[in-house]
Amino acid sequence: MQTLIVEKEFPHPPEKVWKALSDPQIMSLWLMENDFAPNVGRKFKFRAKPQPNWNGVVDCEVLAVEPPKRLSYAWGLAGPDPAAGFQTVVTWTLAPTTGGTHVRMEQSGFREDQQANYQGAQYGWKMFFGKLETVLPTL
Amino acid sequence: MRKQIDLVFKSLADPTRRAIFEHLCHDGRVTVHSLTGRARISQPAVSKHLRLLKQAGLVRPTREGRETYYSVSKKGVIPLIDWLKFYSAFWEDRFGRLETVLNQMP
Repeated sequence: MQTLIVEKEFPHPPEKVWKALSDPQIMSLWLMENDFAPNVGRKFKFRAKPQPNWNGVVDCEVLAVEPPKRLSYAWGLAGPDPAAGFQTVVTWTLAPTTGGTHVRMEQSGFREDQQANYQGAQYGWKMFFGKLETVLPTL
Repeated sequence: MRKQIDLVFKSLADPTRRAIFEHLCHDGRVTVHSLTGRARISQPAVSKHLRLLKQAGLVRPTREGRETYYSVSKKGVIPLIDWLKFYSAFWEDRFGRLETVLNQMP
């Protein structure tokens, strides 16, 4: 089992990586079709091919834009099921290295009504997944 | 899978409930009484949290004489693990594509 942190170093400067992460046209090349704009509070959608349990739409809202360091958005699966209020937060963190940029993607769970406090919730989730990982093999 | 994972995440979104679930993970099985002592909340509150965890399929009660023991349901944790696996694979794939795109950018 893995926690939802994916990290990688790219041999490109942070400004270039930032562009790939925040330009809607470039994002559509590697992530999904979207109507993203780098403004806090902006609501946007990612669109992929519909699947049996998913209409292919991700409802998002921009939470943080700090070029070229940090980009964060709420990530919620939309669907016909009214109980589908479950959302997560996707946070990209860029750090310059000698040869390029270290990119870290973290996806954390949080409840919609905890949005105001999402940073606290995010920390809690990270701890939780870490602990779950150590505990699960013993169950 | 969606509906079950919604329930799982909603039930674990509450920090107290998450703490109770963690205790269960570590201790194997516990009674409401022993949890109440550590959670510093009332017994009815602990019972309510356990009920919600049970509804999400994360814990199961076992009755032994006058005591009810609660333990983690391994089956209930599976949606959480599936969700983590799905998104891990998704983001690994997108990182690969991102690399290709970066290499093609001027």
